[in-house]
Order: sequence, then C-alpha cells, then structure tokens
Amino acid sequence: MALLQISEPGQAPDPHQRRIAVGIDLGTTHSLVASVRHGVAECLPDSDGGVILPSAVRYLEGDGRQIGHAALLAQADDPQNTLVSVKRFMGRGVADIANRDKLPYQFVDKPGMLAIHTRAGDKSPVEVSAEILATLRFRAEDTFNDDLYGAVITVPAYFDDAQRQATKDAAQLAGLNVLRLINEPTAAAIAYGLDQASEGVYAVYDLGGGTFDISILRLTRGVFEVLATGGDSALGGDDYDRALAYHVQAATGCRIDTPADKARVLVAARACKEALSSSQSATLVVSLSGGDIQYTVSRAEFEAATAALTQRTLAAVRKALRDAQLSKDDVQGVVMVGGSTRMPQIQSAVEALLGRPPLNNLNPDEVVALGAAIQANQLAGNNPDGELLLLDVIPLSLGIETMGGLAERIVPRNQTIPTAMAQDFTTYQDGQTALALHVVQGERDLVADCRSLARFELRGIPPMAAGAARIRVTFTVDADGLLSVAAREQMSGVEANITVKPSYGLSDDQIAHMLQDSFKTAEQDIQARALVEARVDADRMWLATQSALQADGDLLSPESRAHIDSLLAATLAAKELTDAAAIEVATEALAKGTEAFAAQRMNRGIQHALAGQNIETL
Amino acid sequence: MSRSGSDVSASDLPLSTQLAVNDFALFDLPQRFAQNRAELDTRWKDLQREAHPDKFSAQGTAAQRVAMQWSVRINEAYQRLKDPLRRAAYLCELGGAAIQAENNTAMPTAFLMQQMAWREALDDASDFVVLEALHDEVSLAHREGLTRCEHCIDVAHDLHQAAQEVRALMFIARFARDIEQRLDALDQR
Repeated sequence: MALLQISEPGQAPDPHQRRIAVGIDLGTTHSLVASVRHGVAECLPDSDGGVILPSAVRYLEGDGRQIGHAALLAQADDPQNTLVSVKRFMGRGVADIANRDKLPYQFVDKPGMLAIHTRAGDKSPVEVSAEILATLRFRAEDTFNDDLYGAVITVPAYFDDAQRQATKDAAQLAGLNVLRLINEPTAAAIAYGLDQASEGVYAVYDLGGGTFDISILRLTRGVFEVLATGGDSALGGDDYDRALAYHVQAATGCRIDTPADKARVLVAARACKEALSSSQSATLVVSLSGGDIQYTVSRAEFEAATAALTQRTLAAVRKALRDAQLSKDDVQGVVMVGGSTRMPQIQSAVEALLGRPPLNNLNPDEVVALGAAIQANQLAGNNPDGELLLLDVIPLSLGIETMGGLAERIVPRNQTIPTAMAQDFTTYQDGQTALALHVVQGERDLVADCRSLARFELRGIPPMAAGAARIRVTFTVDADGLLSVAAREQMSGVEANITVKPSYGLSDDQIAHMLQDSFKTAEQDIQARALVEARVDADRMWLATQSALQADGDLLSPESRAHIDSLLAATLAAKELTDAAAIEVATEALAKGTEAFAAQRMNRGIQHALAGQNIETL
Repeated sequence: MSRSGSDVSASDLPLSTQLAVNDFALFDLPQRFAQNRAELDTRWKDLQREAHPDKFSAQGTAAQRVAMQWSVRINEAYQRLKDPLRRAAYLCELGGAAIQAENNTAMPTAFLMQQMAWREALDDASDFVVLEALHDEVSLAHREGLTRCEHCIDVAHDLHQAAQEVRALMFIARFARDIEQRLDALDQR
C-alpha cells in the first residue's frame, strides 16, 4: 500500500482553495467514491472507466492482494482467500453470523470481532474494508492529483454502535479523515434533491447486498429530518442468492460440501437472480464437486422461495411508519435504493404497501455515493452558503444493565442526534471507589437479548459512605451515531476516569498492529505518517481559527485576542518540528484556548436566529 | 437569558449559564402548555441551523465541541417541548410542583380499576383488531388527560392538580407502549 505525500514544510495551504472532499459508499457487494466537481456530484471512475469497485479482496501467496474485479473473478476458484461481503461481519462475533456453514470461509473467534483465516493470516473485516477504502482513496487522489481533505462514509441507518465504530476504524487504517458517517437512506434522499420540492414526507427503501434500511424523512428546504428508521443489518440481496441456491439444492438433491462448491453455487445463484429481473425464467448453471447442475427457475418459483425475505422488509416498513406515527397516506414519495431493488417482486411489494409507484430515476447503485459527496462538499467548507442540514436519529435504543440482567433504556430509538442523557448512580458499599456499567443496544428487555456494546469502569470516586455518592453518568451520542460516556461525582466534582472495554471492536493495540502490518516495513513509515497527519491537523486548526477571527474577532477583548494570536504563532512554529507529539500538543492548546471564543460565536449565532424570529413576529 | 441588543454582553456569559436557561426561553416561546407545533418545529430547525456540529466541521475542534453542547441542549429542549406529557411535567417542575412519581404512587380507586381492566384486556387480546381497539380506547383517555392538564396549567394555574394528572398519564402512556409492543410482535410473525 503506497502512502504518503509529505508536504513541504512552511507551505501554507491557500485558505480560499477548494478542499477535495469525497463521499464513499462502502457497500456489501459494491463500493463507490464520488465528489462534487463544478457544482455537480459525480462518481469517480477507475482506469477502465467503471465506477463500481466490487467489495472483494483476495489474498495471494506472498504479500500480494487483489482488490475489486480481479478478486471477484477468482472467487469461485480460490474461495477461502477471496473475501466478499465482509460488511456483514463488521462489529460481529462468530456466533452472530447466521448460516455461516453455507459460507466458504474459515471463521476464527477472536475477542472483539471475528476474523477470517486466509493464506496471509487471520484477517479482520476491518482490515479487509480498509483495503477497499484505500483503493477508493487512491482512485480519488489520482483523479485530482492531490491529497484528500476528508471523506464522508455511508453506513446502513440500522448499523449499531459496534458496526459504525468498525467502519471508522477501517477508514483510519486506510488513511482517510472521516468528516462524518452518514446513513445510506439519508444520503440517497440528498442525491434525489427531494428537499427542493415542497415540504413532504418520504420513505427511503434501501435494499443492498447485505443490509436493509427503511427511513422515513420529512424534507423541507435544505433540512432532512429523519422521523424514524428501521431495518435489518443482516438482510440483503445475498440472502436472496442463498435462498435460491438452496432451493435448487432441495430440488435437485445435489451436494454442496466443499468451500469451492459453496462459493460457486452462490455466484451462480446471483447471476440467475439478476437474470430473473428481466426475464420470466433463467437457468442456474454451476459445476460442483459432485457434478454439474443445470436448473431452470421461473420467476414465480424464485419469488415463492424468497417471499419470506420480502415480507420481513415490509414488516420493518410498517413498524417504521408506526414509530413515525404516520400512515402510508402521509407518505408523499418512495425512493428505492440499492441494486436489489431492481427485483420486480420488490418494486411491486413496495408499491402495494405504500400505495404509490416508487421513484427510480437515479441509478440505485450510485445514489448513495452521490449524496455522500454532496454532504462531504458541504462539510469541507466548499459551500459556505449551503443550507443542507441533516437531523438524523439513533436507530436502536441504548440501555444499561441493571439488577437481574434487565436492560434499562437510557436513550430511546429514533431520538434525534446528537443527544445526551444523564443518569445518576450511587455506591452500595462504604468507601467504594469504582463503579462498573454495562451498556447494551437493542429493544429487548433482557440484556442477554441485546447487543453488548461496552463495559465501562468508573474509577477515582472519592471514598464515602455507601449511598452518599451522586455519580452523574452522561451518555452522549454524536452526529455519527457513536456513544461516548462521561462521569462526574456531584458532591466532590471529581471527574471519574473511564476505561472502556468495547465488546466488539478493535483495541488501540490491534489497530497499531494492523497499521504496522500494512506498512510491512519499519518504524520510519509509521512515524512519517504520524508527522504528516499532525501537521495537517495543525494547519486545519490554524486556518479555522483565522477564519473565525475574521468573522467574529470583534467579540474578543484585546487580552483574549492577544492570547489567541500567541497560540496561533506557537502552532505555526510547532509545525516546523519533526516530533508529531509536540505538534499535537500545540494544536490541542490552540483548540482549548479558543473554546471560549467558539462558545461566544455560537451564542451570537443563536441570538441571531432567535432575533430573526422576533422580527418576523413584529 | 438577556435579550439586550448588545451581542457582546450575552456572549460573555459562560457556556454553562447560557445552556441552563429553561426550554421555553431557549426557544423564545411563551411558558405555557398550549403551543403551536408548527412554530416549535420551525424554531427547532432554525436553532439547529446555527448550532449543529456539521456546520462547524471545517472550523476546528473547539467550535465543534461547543456546537455539540448547544446541539444536544437544543435537541433535549425540543424533545421535551414537543411531547405534551413531558411538556406538562416540565411546566409543573418549573412552577415548583415536582412530579416525583416514585413518592406519589397513590391513585384514585376508579383509576386503578380502569388500569386493571385494561391489563386484563391486554392479556386476553390475541388479534390485531382487538388490540387496535384497545389502543384507540387508551389513546382517547390519554387525550382527555392532556386536555385536563392544559386547563389546570394555563387556565386554573393549579400546578399540583396538573402534577396529579401527569402522574396518571404516565401510567396510561406506559400502558399504551405495552400495547404497541404487542402490536409490533404480532406483525413480526
């Protein structure tokens, strides 16, 4: 993996220059990268002119890898080393994967997340995803012949905290600056520009290769408000392939035993399924170890074999409507996203349920990446007058374990993010200085039926009599949908130290190890990369502060202004250093030193917004 | 929150003080139960346009941290103000009549009988139609309770009575959620 373009020290980037920001759709079967150029969002093609990168990575003898089309071609012949659809394994353990016996992979149980054994060692889904993301990153950098400022990466709306964190980790490994994670249905709604029409409620039905999302959004000019979201992060086109493959097995009595058989029958089933979208019948042809199979399937037969899957999606749509407290008559339009929505049974089922034909005019494969690119362009600051505002929600409730293994809900599903909820705890023993919390995600009453997110240990509680301490624990979910926890003992004001042991995910050590492996060579590369990143961060903070001063410098007293100016000078000087840690210290000092100024600016903005109301009511 | 024309004086207050104003003041809405939902929604979006962390993505970590606190506070206020039951409870607390549901479990007998009858009906219910009918009945009781809250708070200014209505409504709302869970479960099959 080639890596770094070290910028010349002392070269200050032009603050007025457009920053290169991209949107990335990291899909189960297909991935794409898009960017806004000349005001229009476009998917970026590879050297052969195609925009789709199959989400497939093949590990070769030695250190080589094949990523994309080349890997996909090898799937049937080298099934155990050609990893596809790893999105289904992100943030998951071996026990979570249903039907894993029907997959050709050797799963390895590891603390944190499963891994897959390949000839190149055990690979985490995060590493595999990083390869795909890095390929897209290089494609973008080659297109623009420049470094990327950052990327918006999409995730299924129904992804939980573990899956989202895994996605962020993969992006970090790939050397991407993640501007935001946004939900795929919301990205699609942005691409359709639905906010440009009059205010209305839209349903986005997103059936991808491995995940299903349904989002109900209310759109007004520039504002995308998610009312409810639902879905199934383990339901997608892959499941239709599998159902067809095993329907054929039942009909023909053939045996599907070896990994190669499993891979081949799935590849053949996919081709057959796709053919059935435009024909009334198609033939599934596959060479298995026990002999060749040729079986002609009618569309009706396929639909009967997969009806239960489609019904599951419709149940999720009905539930999302209930959560939004709306009926189908309130829905103005339906958007279909994801290649799997090309299946006629999906089109007609959705039309029957929602009572109107879906909007299809944008390419369902590209629409998510395009929407992400529009958002990325805005977040990079390229569109200062842009009105785009995403008010998304947390898809699954967060809770903590209480007595008897019950999950007590602290943040309900479909709550708008960012959000924070505080809960007070106390000690049960005299002198107790630590507290343990177990955070779970899900809708069930028992902790055992929810997903375990993390165990938090709060330490440093001042010793007191049992029950005297008031420990306020604040659970914050950010705009990416990720949880963070803070704790403070109210009587003493002591902030507890929190150690997080994520139930699923990579530890910092594991990430450091992967970074090391990916570089294959020595320390120097890692240090050089860290140095580049520290300088880039320092630049960003410096530039951001300068433009803030330009806009609202009048808010500052001469002393405050002088203080900030000295921090700016210190940051500029620090950039010349060759020690990444020292640069980071200066950047952080500038961040902390401008926090009060940022608060003043925000207050000015809020007052301005409220004053606007007053003027209207006069 | 001071409404003076001078930006500088309001901006000098520490962030914690600015965030601590009550929800009505934050949204610049009258402190009463009756509210215009459309206006509340518009205020919410206008405020988030100013404060949402995405607006500060290219402006450094300090601005993003502050934006996060404002955005969270604005969402918190919106959740509380848009839900009639939470709004009623909030108005009671602001007026010194704390709800304290854990310490005030005594309910009128007629009310308790109704709750028991509803529980039995839920236990016996096995199909969609029966459950929907029960849900409609409970929703009606919920709406009637909220109407009484509005009168207690905005007209009679009797916050202790309002708090009692709120406690009763908390039972009813909890029960409505139980019916909804059962409806969800039926639909999954």
